[in-house]
Amino acid sequence: MGLNTAPSSVSTELPKKAQLEIPPAPVERSRWYPFKKALPIYLFIAPGVILFLLWTVYPLVNLFIMSFFQWNLIKPSVFTGLDNYTRAFGDEIFWQALRNTIMYAVISVPGQLVLGLGVALLVNQKLPFRSLFRTLFYLPVVSSWLVVSLIFMYLYNSQAGLINYVLKDILNIIPSYQAWLQNPVTALLAICVLGIWKGVGWTMVIFLAGLQSVPPTLYESAAIDGANNWRRFWHITLPLIRPTVVFATVMLSIGAFNVFIQVYVMTGGGPQHSTETLMTYMYSEAFKFLDLGYGAALSWIFTTGIFVVSLIEIKFLRRPMEY
Amino acid sequence: MQNLPGTSSLSTASNSRFWRRGSRKSEVAVIDRRHPLLVLAIYIVLIFWSILSVAPLLYMVSTAFKPNQYVFEFPPKFIPENPTTENFEQAWNSNNFGLYFSNSLVVSVAATAIILVLSSMMAFAFARYSFPGRTTLFYAILGTMMVPGLVLIIPQFVLAKNLLLLNSLHGLVVAYSANSAVNIFFLRGAFEEIPQDLQDAAAIDGAGIWATFWRIMLPLVKPSLAAMAIFSFMGAWDEFTWALTSIQDETLRTLPIGLRLFQQSHGTQWGLVFAASLIAVVPVIIVFLIFQRYFIQGISSGAVKG
Repeated sequence: MGLNTAPSSVSTELPKKAQLEIPPAPVERSRWYPFKKALPIYLFIAPGVILFLLWTVYPLVNLFIMSFFQWNLIKPSVFTGLDNYTRAFGDEIFWQALRNTIMYAVISVPGQLVLGLGVALLVNQKLPFRSLFRTLFYLPVVSSWLVVSLIFMYLYNSQAGLINYVLKDILNIIPSYQAWLQNPVTALLAICVLGIWKGVGWTMVIFLAGLQSVPPTLYESAAIDGANNWRRFWHITLPLIRPTVVFATVMLSIGAFNVFIQVYVMTGGGPQHSTETLMTYMYSEAFKFLDLGYGAALSWIFTTGIFVVSLIEIKFLRRPMEY
Repeated sequence: MQNLPGTSSLSTASNSRFWRRGSRKSEVAVIDRRHPLLVLAIYIVLIFWSILSVAPLLYMVSTAFKPNQYVFEFPPKFIPENPTTENFEQAWNSNNFGLYFSNSLVVSVAATAIILVLSSMMAFAFARYSFPGRTTLFYAILGTMMVPGLVLIIPQFVLAKNLLLLNSLHGLVVAYSANSAVNIFFLRGAFEEIPQDLQDAAAIDGAGIWATFWRIMLPLVKPSLAAMAIFSFMGAWDEFTWALTSIQDETLRTLPIGLRLFQQSHGTQWGLVFAASLIAVVPVIIVFLIFQRYFIQGISSGAVKG
């Protein structure tokens, strides 16, 4: 399969170079001496590298190739050029899935960032029981996506779900019981709420790490200068944790574009594709309709999209830091 | 991993400390002179968010103990009136949950062991040796962290089919073992913190790369290995999509798949579904509560350096 290219590329390239050289003087070392010297290290990392090439690099290349084929597992594959891509751009459900995914990201990423930062600021205070609070806030993160999706299906239940009960009978915010997950207007929002609920704990931990890297002397001098809490937050904390904000934003966006399990379990992309996301659409095209080539083209479009979004976020959020 | 407070507030090792109670030098309250009302307000917010965080999980627990006719009782009750363990017995006995549990356990343990061995070896080589291609390879591996996992599922499925890894537990182990980019990144940091003197001393004593790795270096990164072990185990234990896609045989299902199918066939018997969910989720929560410090260390490494 030509997969273990790391050691073999070394050996194919080297003899050519060696031939060009004048026979070396006894003290001089040949050009490929570093490779020869590193041979034990190459052997040492070979198992890991082979697995990486086999399960990540090769599929990535093959994904690209498959996207130009009409590829299902039953009939032989047919080369169709850019057909899969043109089909995607004319596919109304693809655009719907794209809009839904962007909507999910636009709601859930800032939601997690703001709440996560707020909670992190609070549990960063020296207060009794703060480690207990951190532990409690983190519990949703360690629960599996499948299980929390099941829990929220039950909570969103239209007959006697806890959410309907709290919102109507206790708080009187909504006029009547809602079928949150069956209503095209509210279904995506309901999934966003689950995403935020589960993600805040993770964001909190990331921001706590950032907050603890801010040198305390800065706050002390700011306090001497008479800066109030808000100004200290805005002018010291926020600029200094900017790398953390960038990191969290990029990771949360990648996560948001990957939204799959909760949609697959809770709504299956319905009703009327109102919660269809890029991943659920790709998955159902590939494994329900066995149109693997089209699924591969969709995957490549998402990968490119996520890459571009990450680059834009990094470019706009990361500015030179001034102390 | 020794570090003095204040000297390396940016380093990975210091992150592990903030989960503990007690004060740290670099830690200063944003709010300096605190008004009692302000403290009260902070506690109100904290308690409110604690309730929001935990209530859904507790509600699952309470529903699992409710007899099925009370699952849609009105108004909903947090403490079940006639608690019963019937759901657990029924969930465990129907649908082979014992088998799914052992499948999950075997696959997760095997994958964790492979991940730990392979990724610590690679991390060690990246951290302590220079060799041609090191930087390129490291960034290639790191770059794949950006490729969302599910994107590769189609070609991985085709590959697994060709390698006869579909519908087998071996296939699950291979797929889960390949998720090691984060571990390599994290363990590399741990290996880099070890003083060079130790490596030099081992080299003078004639230790090769294997002996240096197994005898000298690996014991020194045990805390980081523990963190990685927990993460990898949890990742494999909870994995849903690949198992759903690659396993057809009923006897090879893992817990998440069993749980999903159980929910589909017992749609409204939420007591049963949640009893089964608890069987799946409780081991993970216990592991988290015991090892929570390691979790935080693992998650937040890399976040600060940006």
